[in-house]
Amino acid sequence: MARGIRPGAPLSKIAVSKAHGEDSPYFAGWKAYDEDPYDAVSNPTGVIQMGLAENQVSFDLLEDYLEHHPETSSWGSGISSFKENALFQDYHGLQSFRKAMASFMEQIRGKRVKFDPDRMVLTAGATAANELLTFILADPGDVFLVPTPYYPGFDRDLQWRTGVKILPVHCHSSNGFQLTLASLQSAYSNAEASNFRVKGLLITNPSNPLGTAMSRSLLEEILDFVAEKNIHLISDEIYSGSVFSSPEFISVAELVETRRHETCEGIHIVYSLSKDLGLPGFRVGTIYSYNNRVVTTARRMSSFSLVSSQTQKMLASMLSDEEFTANYIRTNRERLRKRHSYIVEGLKDAGIECLKGNAGLFCWMNLTQMLEEKSMEGELRLWKMILNEVKLNVSPGSSCYCVEPGWFRVCFANMTEETLDVALRRLKVFVEKIKGRKKKMIS
Amino acid sequence: MRIIVPLQGIVQGRGGLILGSLIPCALLYFFQFYLKRNRSSPPPDSPSASTANLPELTGIPRNSSRTSLPTRGSIRPVPVSSRATAIARDSDSAYYTGWKKYLEDPYHPTSNPDGIIQLGLSENHLSLDLIEEWLAANLQKSLLGEKRGDLSISGLATYEPLGGLMDLKIAMAGFMSQIMGGSVSFNPAQIILTAGATPAIEALSFCLADPGNAFLVPSPYYPGFDRDINLRTGIKLIPVHCRSSNNFSLSIAALEREYKQAKKRRIKVRAVLLCNPSNPVGNILHRETLYDLLSFVTDKNLHLISDEVYAGSTYGTEEFASIAELLDTGAFDNSRVHIIYGLSKDLSLPGFRVGAIYSYNENVISAVSKLTRFCAISLPTQHLLVSMLSDTKFIEEYLKVNRERLAQMYALFVDELKQLGVECFKSSGGFYCWVDMSKFLKSYSVKGELELWENILNVARVVVTPGASCHCIEPGWFRFCFTTVTERDVPLVMKRISKVLKDHKASQ
Repeated sequence: MARGIRPGAPLSKIAVSKAHGEDSPYFAGWKAYDEDPYDAVSNPTGVIQMGLAENQVSFDLLEDYLEHHPETSSWGSGISSFKENALFQDYHGLQSFRKAMASFMEQIRGKRVKFDPDRMVLTAGATAANELLTFILADPGDVFLVPTPYYPGFDRDLQWRTGVKILPVHCHSSNGFQLTLASLQSAYSNAEASNFRVKGLLITNPSNPLGTAMSRSLLEEILDFVAEKNIHLISDEIYSGSVFSSPEFISVAELVETRRHETCEGIHIVYSLSKDLGLPGFRVGTIYSYNNRVVTTARRMSSFSLVSSQTQKMLASMLSDEEFTANYIRTNRERLRKRHSYIVEGLKDAGIECLKGNAGLFCWMNLTQMLEEKSMEGELRLWKMILNEVKLNVSPGSSCYCVEPGWFRVCFANMTEETLDVALRRLKVFVEKIKGRKKKMIS
Repeated sequence: MRIIVPLQGIVQGRGGLILGSLIPCALLYFFQFYLKRNRSSPPPDSPSASTANLPELTGIPRNSSRTSLPTRGSIRPVPVSSRATAIARDSDSAYYTGWKKYLEDPYHPTSNPDGIIQLGLSENHLSLDLIEEWLAANLQKSLLGEKRGDLSISGLATYEPLGGLMDLKIAMAGFMSQIMGGSVSFNPAQIILTAGATPAIEALSFCLADPGNAFLVPSPYYPGFDRDINLRTGIKLIPVHCRSSNNFSLSIAALEREYKQAKKRRIKVRAVLLCNPSNPVGNILHRETLYDLLSFVTDKNLHLISDEVYAGSTYGTEEFASIAELLDTGAFDNSRVHIIYGLSKDLSLPGFRVGAIYSYNENVISAVSKLTRFCAISLPTQHLLVSMLSDTKFIEEYLKVNRERLAQMYALFVDELKQLGVECFKSSGGFYCWVDMSKFLKSYSVKGELELWENILNVARVVVTPGASCHCIEPGWFRFCFTTVTERDVPLVMKRISKVLKDHKASQ
């Protein structure tokens, strides 16, 4: 590529800004893995990827389905159905696919709620859904409240192109990092005092990185709070299908149905098939909104991130096969539960405690005792050690804006059990080494 | 019900039903008020029609479930953003008359011969049989892990690299080269893949300019640009008018004038946006013009965006040259040049959402790649296309046959329209005729154009795109797409239009 003598035509502020957040250790660790990926045979000393929240435990169920239902990957006989599909770029999305998604989402919630397919706006992944909702609900300079620790990608999704700002609502280990009404009230007051316009609250339920599902009473408080302040609530429920032990998952959708005396115009749900179905590459996400105007306008704006009609058609039949989905949801949950138990036991054996979790594809590890210095710098030093010496990519809490140093997110569903074993062994050795070092320092 | 659309709002081609422009046209609004006495607004909560394709103005269907209960209890609705308000207001006041009418009553030669004929959609229905044949022969292998030789979904489903699979970038680079007749080769590392050309142009725009900056765009231009480039970025589009007296070709002098004007108004111009082959005119820019453009943007230190989505859909005698060809000489700093491409036009696959940005600028490539997190191509679609685009023999045959069919339909339309006394601009590419109906206007004005458009819609029952929605400075030009009907339908189209033309001629 040629470079001129002059600096060349300038780029925009967005192009040069770091608001995409990709320089964070969260993403930097992925690079280390890419450069030296673990392989049991060809690279047994490589980096084990434990920083990517992917679900690989239930692929065989999908493969099995596709093998026994070849019609899923074909357009059927005759040109007209192919032609129709190839030309279909309607931002409403295929009705059969929306129905299938609604049905799948209902099943995940034990059929305790009903989703109207016409309220579903399809987007190329939850990333696009969150950004799109932000464009629709807030103007540049407005603020969204987001409880910490939160998924690092939100910085990019909610702020980069939209010009909206995230105001973190800090949570603490003293109550298991649960969001409280008091912290919400205080964050809101602070925002008002600084002349920020708060337009919404974004919760992730079940939480990433905590791996916990919110209690009914907390959700009720949240709904009261957003109603009182007249702000929007976005409930990102992309891990809803991965709640593997009690308490049972409660979606805001359930509360909306029980709180019939109230308006629900400010409630919006984000979902995707990337986690529960393990299909991140398919780019299938959705916004479900109880607000007609939001549905209409988000739908029009979804032109910038439509789901491939081929993919919609492929998944429509699979997701409306209730026998398949019921079995998938059940089996997937069970496998995640087992995997979760396994890693929690293994970590315990290595001397590491985790936050008690019941959902998600990860654990929230407490490594506070291993810090040389109880600070962000200390945490990042520990993170680098784990990455470079132990060759494990885990995500430091500071990249999730956790205010207490020493917490790390470790993923358990994106590898085989054997690989997990290797990772746990390495960790055990490392913890003993650190403990040994500390003993020496004290004596 | 007669509702007149501010016609920039009719967007065909990219995006299907999607409403376009935010740019108001005062004349159009006045015309709307003029017709308002005949207008009745639809009730806000009327049940939607049976097809899911209907635009939303008819509201979301009511049912007894909680999910669609009207607001109760709250007197203050939760506010939405100004961007949402704009896209809602624009559509509430600007209704898709043509599109909606078509959907309510779509023409079919046997089952609905009196229905509305759609010539307002820039989609190519002529050669899908070729693709379908290829798929029937190759599908199973290509969709599900042909590379691994087994039905391996795990290869399909994991997160893809930023900006698309390298295999698809390689295949796309080869395809683009084939499209451009092999006269230029493309480097896969400079390709960024997106879910359609619509997000491609938006993502690129986000990287090249700040809100309030402007792009110069030769007009008439594709109505969708108003939405794609302006809606979320806040970038203005400044039309650089091209005229029939000059064969609608771009004059550098006109470009200079608009640039100076913008400067006077303290608007920072950041880029020139071309569409080549152009939509709606269908002309191909000459190498000399491209060369002059490169000089112009270099002189003013601007970016140059060349939207070449119709590059493979040329049929005239004129040879298409991509801007990439001119950069091969090394005479210009290519870091300011960016090409938009996609498969919605040349390969007739708009539903699959496949677009691309080709840039020579490392920083642009890096920034746009990160933006693809919002608009990535679905992996099964990527795999399918790797196979299809790599089958260069099939692609060669497809391009050849498709071009022939386009040429044939174009010629047929032009001839038949000529019989009606209607002249077409001599196009060389695209899916449409650029038709001069100025002598049929009752008044030589936008008002007159819209009146004719309305009659063609309501009386002839044919959807076409008026030049006003493409920002054409001369009234009376219309875009007729010829790729959504078959040869057998053409006599009917002409018969219907001739009635309206006779009325208009008679009343002059």
